[in-house]
Amino acid sequence: MSWLLVYPILIPLLTAVLSYLFRNSPAGRWISVAGTVALLLASVVLMSEVLEQGVVAAQMSNWQAPFGITLVADLLGAVMVVITAITGLATVIYSLSEIPERLERLGFHALLQTLLMGVCGAFVTGDLFNLYVWFEVMLISSFGLLVLGASREQLDGGIKYVLLNLVSTIMFLAGTGLLYGLTGTLNMADLHLAVREVENTGLLTTIAVIFMVAFGVKAALFPLFFWLPASYHTPPVAVSAIFAGLLTKVGVYALIRMFTLVFDHDVAFTHTILLWAAVVTMVTGVLGAAAMNDFRRILSFHIISQIGYMVLGLALYTPLGLMGAVFYLVHHIIVKANLFFVAGVAKRIGGSTDLSRLGGLYAHAPVLAFLFLIPAFSLAGFPPLSGFWAKYVVVKAALDLEMWFVAGVSLAVGLLTIFSMTKIWGSAFWPAHPDGIKPRLSDLPMGDRMALMLPIVALAALTCIIGLFPESFVLFAERAATQLLDPTDYVTTVLGVQP
Amino acid sequence: MELLLALSVGVLVAASVYLMLDRNILRFLFGLALLSNAVNLMIFASGRLTPGAPPLIDAGEYAPTGVVANALPQALVLTAIVIGFGLLAFTLALVYRTFMTLGTVNSDEMRVAEPVDAGKEAGK
Repeated sequence: MSWLLVYPILIPLLTAVLSYLFRNSPAGRWISVAGTVALLLASVVLMSEVLEQGVVAAQMSNWQAPFGITLVADLLGAVMVVITAITGLATVIYSLSEIPERLERLGFHALLQTLLMGVCGAFVTGDLFNLYVWFEVMLISSFGLLVLGASREQLDGGIKYVLLNLVSTIMFLAGTGLLYGLTGTLNMADLHLAVREVENTGLLTTIAVIFMVAFGVKAALFPLFFWLPASYHTPPVAVSAIFAGLLTKVGVYALIRMFTLVFDHDVAFTHTILLWAAVVTMVTGVLGAAAMNDFRRILSFHIISQIGYMVLGLALYTPLGLMGAVFYLVHHIIVKANLFFVAGVAKRIGGSTDLSRLGGLYAHAPVLAFLFLIPAFSLAGFPPLSGFWAKYVVVKAALDLEMWFVAGVSLAVGLLTIFSMTKIWGSAFWPAHPDGIKPRLSDLPMGDRMALMLPIVALAALTCIIGLFPESFVLFAERAATQLLDPTDYVTTVLGVQP
Repeated sequence: MELLLALSVGVLVAASVYLMLDRNILRFLFGLALLSNAVNLMIFASGRLTPGAPPLIDAGEYAPTGVVANALPQALVLTAIVIGFGLLAFTLALVYRTFMTLGTVNSDEMRVAEPVDAGKEAGK
């Protein structure tokens, strides 16, 4: 049994317990930092193992699949764990400065670590019911993080977030129950084989759509995304950033996993729904962003719009499309978390996230302005940044299928994305501050400046590296997509037999 | 028996959807609780009903003989009940806190996080 798969779950759990015990002293936050560094190391080791050996699986308590719970990591799962650890570390470092001691005493770091545990668990599990449990772990921690501090905005946004997400988990549970009733198994590799024996394909498609709705709520697909813009701008910036980076992407990951491994019996029906949902998601998201007038609310709507591209990659269901989806997933997590961090620094030195009450950032904090442009241009898809390659692959995949309309819409959405970015630039960075404040980075104490800027610089550097040397990342995404479309290795590794 | 279970699941879902369409958050929450119970019943039924056949293994055997009840859905339901209970308790506390802070449980009046634009108000 490979312990490598257990570490991404075990390390955050231990860190959560320890940082909760030491929540009243500064030791708590440093335990949280150390634990996240350990998580990053463990995830990199897991990644190299998967790169070398192909799919890695571990049977919990030596109960052989499909009877026990299997942990399994293919390339997609492994890269998601790595990116979770990177975003987690950036968030923990950022929160050293941003999160007040009052929230730390309430157990902020413990909640953050259980969130990381839930996300990592969802990425490495090979069992459908276990995936449901990890979703719940992730959700309950995110509920806590979202309303921690209990301001009026947080409670208002929190109610909508909590209630709509609960509906989605109940849908997920219902789908799981029905699928078990139909196939008699919950192991995802075993499900891959079992759904091929099912004669009642109509019922199978119905279950597929139930899953699509359940994960669609998590991923913030049109028309199920309304909880996201209602809540993501309310909590502290560190929380917004990790939510924006990771949580919706777990929904996208679950969609990719289920709709390549299990529900591939009626691609013409299910993936066509996904295709049009993706197109409408892109458009509504970016239009929403154009209508907003708050730094973080614009960014929240951008998440929705970008989710559309990832799901589009899945919906095209070609090797190139899936490769684009995987590439987009990784690129977007880095870029989106970074933009929220920048918004947080702007709020810290400029006093607000409302665009009409911000200004002067370009004149007085040119470094921040430059660091905003990198992820902003990357998100819009400017070469040579990571977003360009991500968008290029997805659009190319659509063009290869001669879907001119879809490709055209996704290009137009890119244009509108840069429009709303110029809106931020034009009111937060360019003109003088309406209250005459000079928002300087150098006014922040040294320690705060380090903790706030380090994650931003690191993530921006990562975007540039992916953009300037895309070859190895593209090849990786291609291998991951091949594994998704032909899960023979996944199935044989989990079940230990030739199918 | 299956028919009875299926009907009660259907009635529960219908009642919960009716409750969840309400603007009162508390009624929405009651609907959610009903819905999760309906789903639990459904999972139970999806394991097939085998009344009066507990999955016991006779002495000297390694597996139960004959048709016995499927224990797995019951384990799933148990897990789901525990999780659902925890979430319900959390959400009730959240709704109570929200009511104390915002002074309302009507979802239409909860506009603190997404204030209605002054311009739109004037246009009405």
